[in-house]
This record gives sequence, structure tokens and C-alpha cells, in this order.
Amino acid sequence: MSESGKDPLFSGKNMKLLSTPLNDENPITVQVLGICSALAVTAMLEPAVVLAIAVVAVMGAANVIISLLRNTIPNRIRIIVQLVVIASLVILVDQILQAFLYDVSRQLSVFVGLIITNCIIMGRLEAFALSNKPWPSFLDGIGNAAGYGWILIVVGFFRELLGSGTLWGYPVMETLGVYNFGYEDNGFMILPPMALITVGVIIWVQRSRNRKLIESK
Amino acid sequence: MEELTNIFVRSVFIDNMVFAYFLGMCSYLAVSRTVSTANGLGIAVVFVLGFTVPLNYLIENYFLAEGALVWLGPRFADVDLSFLSFILFIAVIASMVQLVEMIVEKFVPNLYSSLGIFLPLIAVNCAILGGSLFMQEREYANIGQASVFGIGSGVGFYLAIVGIAAIREKIRYSNVPPPLRGLGITFIVTGLMGIAFMSFMGIAL
Repeated sequence: MSESGKDPLFSGKNMKLLSTPLNDENPITVQVLGICSALAVTAMLEPAVVLAIAVVAVMGAANVIISLLRNTIPNRIRIIVQLVVIASLVILVDQILQAFLYDVSRQLSVFVGLIITNCIIMGRLEAFALSNKPWPSFLDGIGNAAGYGWILIVVGFFRELLGSGTLWGYPVMETLGVYNFGYEDNGFMILPPMALITVGVIIWVQRSRNRKLIESK
Repeated sequence: MEELTNIFVRSVFIDNMVFAYFLGMCSYLAVSRTVSTANGLGIAVVFVLGFTVPLNYLIENYFLAEGALVWLGPRFADVDLSFLSFILFIAVIASMVQLVEMIVEKFVPNLYSSLGIFLPLIAVNCAILGGSLFMQEREYANIGQASVFGIGSGVGFYLAIVGIAAIREKIRYSNVPPPLRGLGITFIVTGLMGIAFMSFMGIAL
């Protein structure tokens, strides 16, 4: 990657960094990273979107910072350095959320703090930012966070729509008038186990369309 | 005593780390291929949670919370350092993991060699940080309750990971649709286990 500095900013290689994590190397469904927070906040669409944006911000910034520092960090203490950088960024995000989006911040509760131990961030810092220049690292961070974010948003969308019949608090099902035909909300979708099953189904759909991801026995 | 038992039962079954809050899912999914490794990781998590939660409880109540520094003198009474809690908690966890690793290596070499790489990896297991953050949010009354909560959460994680490992060992002989193989079916089985654990809901001693 040493010559990537000569590439134009949006060269094919750089764009690839941004796009492969969305499908072929999706952090959640393929690399199995960052599941923890992905499932707990997805009962409603709004906190899912907020968390996705928070992770994009933290990850883009953390990747750039670590990438700028990569030649000065001693190898032995790199984990601590990474944790400190991530933790400081997460404190920033947490304070911003508490100041401007207090309700959502209450709903997310400990899961904002848990961005620190989100394995996607650690994993990408270790695997990419430590050995690459800031701009590709930034794209890689944004790409992976977006790959994480879209799964979060899809899960949140279905769980809120089927579970409470609303989207972003707006009563979609009532507006469509389906209740008159005997439709009822499936309260089960809001409960924690359904998040796992929804992700399982997403993996199923994704792998049956993208067959090279299928695991051997 | 009754209060302590109640916290223990709650943290093992009702507020189970894996099934109710999805914490520690990464290692839960990655290390649950065989029962023996799952067993090792489970024990290590019980260990570390049992140490870090009470330790962070002390830090929270004597350094970070609003008015916690009052023991330094009256003019520290309205200092609120709680915005520092993330960074201090993670530092405590990272150093405790290191310490536990050295202690186990010195005194229980058998356990050490069976845990292997999983011990250091626990530092970034969300269940550990989650334990401390839940401890902070729920405001336990004393350090006894905090320790029982820590150990209980660890035991809950242990139950979950050993259970799924046993199921995954058996599922290898079943005919799973190819796109669901591996990760997909593990998610769905975990969901079903979560539904089973929900039947404990509402139990209080």
C-alpha cells in the first residue's frame, strides 16, 4: 500500500476499501465483529440510526488518529494506546449525545460506552490503520462502520415496523389502516431474542444471494 | 442475604449478559465451536468479572461519582468526574486482566495453559465493560452486592457459552441449509435459547 499516496483520492482501490465492507466483508454478517451493541439497540429505528452514526464518527476519527500515530506507537503498548484513543472519542460522542439528544442517549444507556469495546473498531485499528496511511484508513473506517450501520438500521426497521407498527415513532400501520383487517402488531419482535433471529435471517438472505460466503461444514 | 441471592439469580438468569443484553457476543460466537474451549473462556470471564466489578465499584464511589471525593476535604464535595468513567473503567479492566493472567500463570499453571489466548482477549470482551457500566447505572448499595452481581453475570455468560458450544457440536451432524451453515444457524439457535431464558422473567426471591 506504500504507493497509495500517489493515487487520486477516489481511485478504484480506495473506493474498494469503502465498498467491500458493505457486502463481501460485512463486519457483522461475515467477520462476526461488533455484534454486541448491534442487537441491543435495534428494537426501535431511531436509536439504531443514532448509534450507527456515532460508530461511523468514532471509527473514522480513531482510524485517522491511529494511522497518523502509527510510526510513533511502540508495538508493546499499542492496545492501551488504541483503547485510550477510542475511549476519548467515545466520551466526546457521549457528551454530545447527552447535550443534544438526551432522550436517545437515555435509551442507548450503556451501549454508547460499549462502543469502546466494539470489536470492529479495535479490529480495524489493528488490521488496517496501524499499517496504512490516514486517507485509506479513514475510508476503511467509514466503510466498515457503514457496513455495521446498515445491518443495524435494517434490523431496527423491521423490528420497529413489525413489533410496534411504527417507524421513527410515526404510526405507519395505523395510517395504512391494516388494523381494520384484523392485523395485529407482533409484540414478540421487540423482545431481545428476535434481534438474534432477525440477524440470522439477514445472514441467510445475504448468503443465499452471495453464495461465495457460504461456510463449509 | 436474601437481597444478595436475589441479585445473583437475577444476573444469572433474568438479566443474562448474552441473552438479554447481547454482551460478549463476539467471543461467544467465535469461541463456541467446542465445549472444552468454551469452558475455559467461561471460567476466565467469571474470574475477571468477579474482580473488576467490585474494583470499579470502589473507583466509582470514591473517585468518580458526584460528591465522591468528599473524603479529600469539604471543598471537593461538588466535584463530578463521572465523564471520566469510561476511560478509567477500561484502564482498570485492561490492567486487571493482565494481573489475573500473571496470578493464574504463577499459581494455577494448568488452568493457565488451558485458557491460552482467551485470557488476554477478555480485555476487549464487551461483557466485562458492560458489567461495570451496568453496575454504575443500577447503583448497587454496597460492594457485596456489586461483587455478587459481577460473579452472577459471569456465571450467566458461562452457562450461555457452554450451552451453545454443546448445541453447535451436535448441530454439525444435522442437515442445515447451506446459506445458514455456521454463523446463521448459531444466531437463530441463540435466539431460541434466549426465548427459553425469558421464561425465567419475573422470578424474584
